[in-house]
Amino acid sequence: MSLVGAKVLRKEDPSLLTGRGKFVDDFSPPNTAFAQFVMSDQAHANIISIDVSETLKMPGVLGVWTAADFISFPNLPGGMTDFERPVLAHDRVRWAGEPVAIVVAENRYQAADAVPTVLVEYETLDAVTTVEQATAPGAPMLFETRKSNVLTKVPMLDDLEKHFAKSHNRASLRIVNQRCAVVPIETVGCLADWTLDGLTIWATTQAPHHLRNKLASWLDTPQNLCRVIAPDVGGGFGAKIVWYPEFFVAPLLSKWLRRPVKFMQTRSEAMVQMTHGRDQVHEIEVGFEKNGKINALRMVISQNLGAYGDPTGLGLATLTGWMAAGCYKIPHVSTGFRTVVTNTTPVAAYRGAGRPEATFSIERIIDLVALKTNLDPVKVRQINFIQPNEFPYETHNEAVVYDSGDFPQALDECLRLLDYDAAKAQQAKNLADRNAPLIGIGFSCWLEIAGFGPNGSLEGFGHLASWESAQIRIAPDGSATIFIGSSPHGQGHETFVAQIASDELGIPFDRISVIHGDTATVLQGIGTMGSRGVPTVGSAVKVASERLMVRAKKIAAHLLEAAEQDIEVKDNAFNVRGTPGKKVGWSDVGLTSFQPLRLPPELQAGTLEERLFHESPNFSYPSGAYACVVEVNRKTGKVKIQKMVVVDDCGTVINPLLAEGQVHGGVAQGIAQALYEQVSYDTSTGQPITANLIDYLIPSAPDLPNYIAGRITTLCPNNPLGAKGIGESGAVGSPPAVVNAVVNALSSFGVEHIDMPVTSEKVWHAMNGRK
Amino acid sequence: MTVVRIKLNGVPQQHEVEDRTLLIHYIRENARLTGAHIGCDTSNCGACTVLLNGKAVKSCTVLAVQAQDEEVTTVEGLSGDFNGLSPVQEGFRQQHGLQCGYCTPGMVMASTALLRENPNPNEDDIRHALEGNICRCTGYEMIVNSVRWAAENGGGK
Repeated sequence: MSLVGAKVLRKEDPSLLTGRGKFVDDFSPPNTAFAQFVMSDQAHANIISIDVSETLKMPGVLGVWTAADFISFPNLPGGMTDFERPVLAHDRVRWAGEPVAIVVAENRYQAADAVPTVLVEYETLDAVTTVEQATAPGAPMLFETRKSNVLTKVPMLDDLEKHFAKSHNRASLRIVNQRCAVVPIETVGCLADWTLDGLTIWATTQAPHHLRNKLASWLDTPQNLCRVIAPDVGGGFGAKIVWYPEFFVAPLLSKWLRRPVKFMQTRSEAMVQMTHGRDQVHEIEVGFEKNGKINALRMVISQNLGAYGDPTGLGLATLTGWMAAGCYKIPHVSTGFRTVVTNTTPVAAYRGAGRPEATFSIERIIDLVALKTNLDPVKVRQINFIQPNEFPYETHNEAVVYDSGDFPQALDECLRLLDYDAAKAQQAKNLADRNAPLIGIGFSCWLEIAGFGPNGSLEGFGHLASWESAQIRIAPDGSATIFIGSSPHGQGHETFVAQIASDELGIPFDRISVIHGDTATVLQGIGTMGSRGVPTVGSAVKVASERLMVRAKKIAAHLLEAAEQDIEVKDNAFNVRGTPGKKVGWSDVGLTSFQPLRLPPELQAGTLEERLFHESPNFSYPSGAYACVVEVNRKTGKVKIQKMVVVDDCGTVINPLLAEGQVHGGVAQGIAQALYEQVSYDTSTGQPITANLIDYLIPSAPDLPNYIAGRITTLCPNNPLGAKGIGESGAVGSPPAVVNAVVNALSSFGVEHIDMPVTSEKVWHAMNGRK
Repeated sequence: MTVVRIKLNGVPQQHEVEDRTLLIHYIRENARLTGAHIGCDTSNCGACTVLLNGKAVKSCTVLAVQAQDEEVTTVEGLSGDFNGLSPVQEGFRQQHGLQCGYCTPGMVMASTALLRENPNPNEDDIRHALEGNICRCTGYEMIVNSVRWAAENGGGK
């Protein structure tokens, strides 16, 4: 029986369910000291002085370090020239929460006691928190050598005005895609132990080799003496790709103090120190015909980067521009962007990273066109879809060639699961009944870019390369150990990799182990992000298994005195086709592979090992059709999701349980962005308003609906599995479905758009004619 | 400093701790059981949920000294007929109620407490009982299914 496609229960679960998981904070070697940052309480200020004299007298304090102590080390990697982030704020702080010093004490209580005794004298400067403020005439400069807060600017090549002029009608919309906090439930932390044998650092990272590469060069230490371990990681969602300063400082503190040093953010620290996501403003213009056909689309993106240009943050607007047209065939598309620094927490990847922003805008635009043409939003989608026979589809950007899809079929399946006619009937009925809630129906037909990616794609985000590695080793008893370069944080790599390998090798699932997240054991790796797990490392495992099997069959044929081409593997054994009962077990083949006297002469001991760096020829393009039905309370404006239908196309599904789990989690985060979450600042002082989980609303179980999940399948032609990736789909596809539903519910009030999060307050104002 | 005597997962323990030590830190750093996790500092996330005399509490809001002479159960203290797992633990496994696993011990303990009070909860009961526990991975539906699975497989006993 094939395991690919089966609902296999996870290998990861028993230890996680019994409290035997191993997260960074669970490691406490003897004599571990605890480090905590002193954070800036100013959004923008010059540092006049730092007085640590009282701190050094505090119980248990082992030392305090400031930027002056790291002057011989470079800035953090990945930044742009003139905008680089120092490891600790040097001379100036650029956001409230930026680390200015680090205190190390015997334990976390003593460190917390000591931090407030560090006295930092500031000269306060004017702060900017939005792109508008940062680009206004006379705005305070974050980096005075550059005379501008704009880091990068890519102008439009064509304003498309001649195409808008030729269109039957045109419309414009300004969309704010609000800043979100990522909030994996485990914060960022590390444990560094630099002994005479070199450095080991356990870190909450999605990409241990990525961290190792930069850390070793930053520390001027050879990579063989710089071991990064990502043990169990408690969620990442993009925010744990980042090279945080603690990962660079903690090793030095360990070296200087000659003891292990642990750093673990509190949640309040994490809310201002862990990178945020989104925070784009789009100025959009669309030209369309009477029948809803879109002729031209112009999108100008402003990306708020926060205080420094994180290498991932700098790439977000590029991805948004690439995906601006979504799953629609729009003859003329033009995009441009600028990225801008502000006195806020740095912005980097958050589940979807640039694609949710693109999807939200194009899907809102489709509904705006439907409103202006008085057509059903479903019809407007259908008339503009790229058709299934038009793949590979070249978009407005040469880097982006959609691989495959069937958008009409996905929408049909979504409409079927939704029962659109019934929903519309209820909507009409409730509209007439003043005591019933208003009903809104919203759609999102989305497409994203994933499976990162072809050579050159991740390099642009600061990564070493874009391949992913797998290494398969057969043990003398015929069991297998697979080392993978993609280190997970909840996705279930141990399970899906073993499923793929079991099918190819014929070795039972339980006799396959998967090792990841340790630079000392895994040969090389890139990481887990960009919905790349299955398309890249899954493909690597499949192809490496096939290659290994050529030699395994050679050994079996030798032992069985049969022809290699007659050998087939099943049920943990090699069988001779057409000769029932003539077989040799994997255990004997495994044993033989280490015994030169029994091997065929052309093979050598240890031959059953294979490694592969899988290079992808192109990206993958997961897609889907989502629908949302909301009830809007006419008195309070409260929005309740009545129905959430999600139809995904991720190509080949390795494990439906895991795929559905990924979709659910992504949809939950998307609904959260649509209805609940927003990082806010006091725009006059730059002080964060949502700096803990009391003020920042992460939805819990009563706040979210059940999900009606469906699937269609078009295979990805760009990898041997046909898989497109599923990690970010839900977060990309769901926000516009929810907001479109709310705007649809409020259509009788003449509402054309509401920015996220669609709070009761905003809805109430929309119904009551106030802004 | 105070000597606290706590029966932890059925085993009497004795540690000298600072009076201000939170129960979660006592469990993790003095008793060295790392199943209960810390996810926030405002008692919102529930990752630190344990049972205090059978009731679910967030162990970040309880001082270790407040548990003096009491019984505390953490996820390490659960067991059952499902290959050693309790019905709730097995339910989470069967229904894919966890992904990264960080909130999971808290979810499992809150669910265990729920089933002891209400052996046959419906979906609304489960969602409201878990209101104080945040999961960022699953979107909750599969957690609800996990608790239902446990209810149907002896979790309320």
